[in-house]
Amino acid sequence: MYIIIVGGGKVGFYLTKDLIQKGHEVTLIERDEKNEPRLLREFGDSLFIGDGCDPQLLEEAGIKRADTLIAATGDDQDNLVVCEMGIRHFKVPRVIGRVVNPKNKALYKKMGIELTVNATEIITNLIEQAAIAQEIIPLLPLRRGDLEIVEISIPQDFPTITRTVRELELPTDCILAALIRGEHIVIPRGDTTLLPNDHLIILTSMSNADGLKKLFYIK
Amino acid sequence: MRVIIFGCGKLGAFLARSLAKGEFEVTVIDRNPRAFRQLGPDFSGKTIIGTGIDEDILKEADIQNADAFVAVTDGDKINIMSALIAKEMYGISKVIARVADPGIGAIYKDLGLKILCPTSLGTETIYKILQNQK
Repeated sequence: MYIIIVGGGKVGFYLTKDLIQKGHEVTLIERDEKNEPRLLREFGDSLFIGDGCDPQLLEEAGIKRADTLIAATGDDQDNLVVCEMGIRHFKVPRVIGRVVNPKNKALYKKMGIELTVNATEIITNLIEQAAIAQEIIPLLPLRRGDLEIVEISIPQDFPTITRTVRELELPTDCILAALIRGEHIVIPRGDTTLLPNDHLIILTSMSNADGLKKLFYIK
Repeated sequence: MRVIIFGCGKLGAFLARSLAKGEFEVTVIDRNPRAFRQLGPDFSGKTIIGTGIDEDILKEADIQNADAFVAVTDGDKINIMSALIAKEMYGISKVIARVADPGIGAIYKDLGLKILCPTSLGTETIYKILQNQK
């Protein structure tokens, strides 16, 4: 697969390194000449110095045959312009944009940039989860967030003695995918017994979140 | 007519002063408060310190009720982004972005933004003068 990455900061650097290691053909475009020696040593011919928003440079980098374009700079305006060019002008099949300021996520979506990664949001969510004991922890929203993978811990006082997965009356549109018991991951079957402090990994439609909470936490 | 101008450089400041003398209600946004000096002491419009890609700053500039948005900072991409926000998020119909790079400018013209490209304009003007002097 041919991948073009714009932005050779920390994100772009490690991403390029990783993707090359996995056998992909990668071109990294970095604007700042200050970073040239360091990046050149690591990536050699895979490095282009110049403005990744420049359509001519993108063409020289071979954007017309690229399968994926990733805008990974630390500036939303640059990422937005790179993504838009990739999507609308060069019609790159897969375009991924890094969102720096969470405020700008809505604009990316509005401009048709569906694949976005927002580190601030991810880190904030993770810290929030660690800081506040939640009953249902959202792990991963899928697609537009109607479907989500969540984690629920079975409370201490949950009557589990005779409860097997089969007896657990999960709401509709919910699937128990795995349970984490201490260090072990158990792929559940109908006759798997549930124990207090098990962590359930559940794939659920978001409209069922309340049903899930009721099942475990409200008697 | 209410106009928001993002970028108080030479072009932004001169434009703001000219418009404010007419029947325009002008709000100027710039990150650097010193830039507003160029507006002169008699400037009747509003000034806001900040960036035109920040929702909160745009709301402070009352973008919901603006009729036109002009992005004339010295950064092509930030002009494009703020213009896109004004057009796509706030539905402003008259949106103009200054884009110095003719390549990017041409692409965004195709994508429906009104682009002011000083490089193309300057080239055309000089070209015409040179041709006439043949």
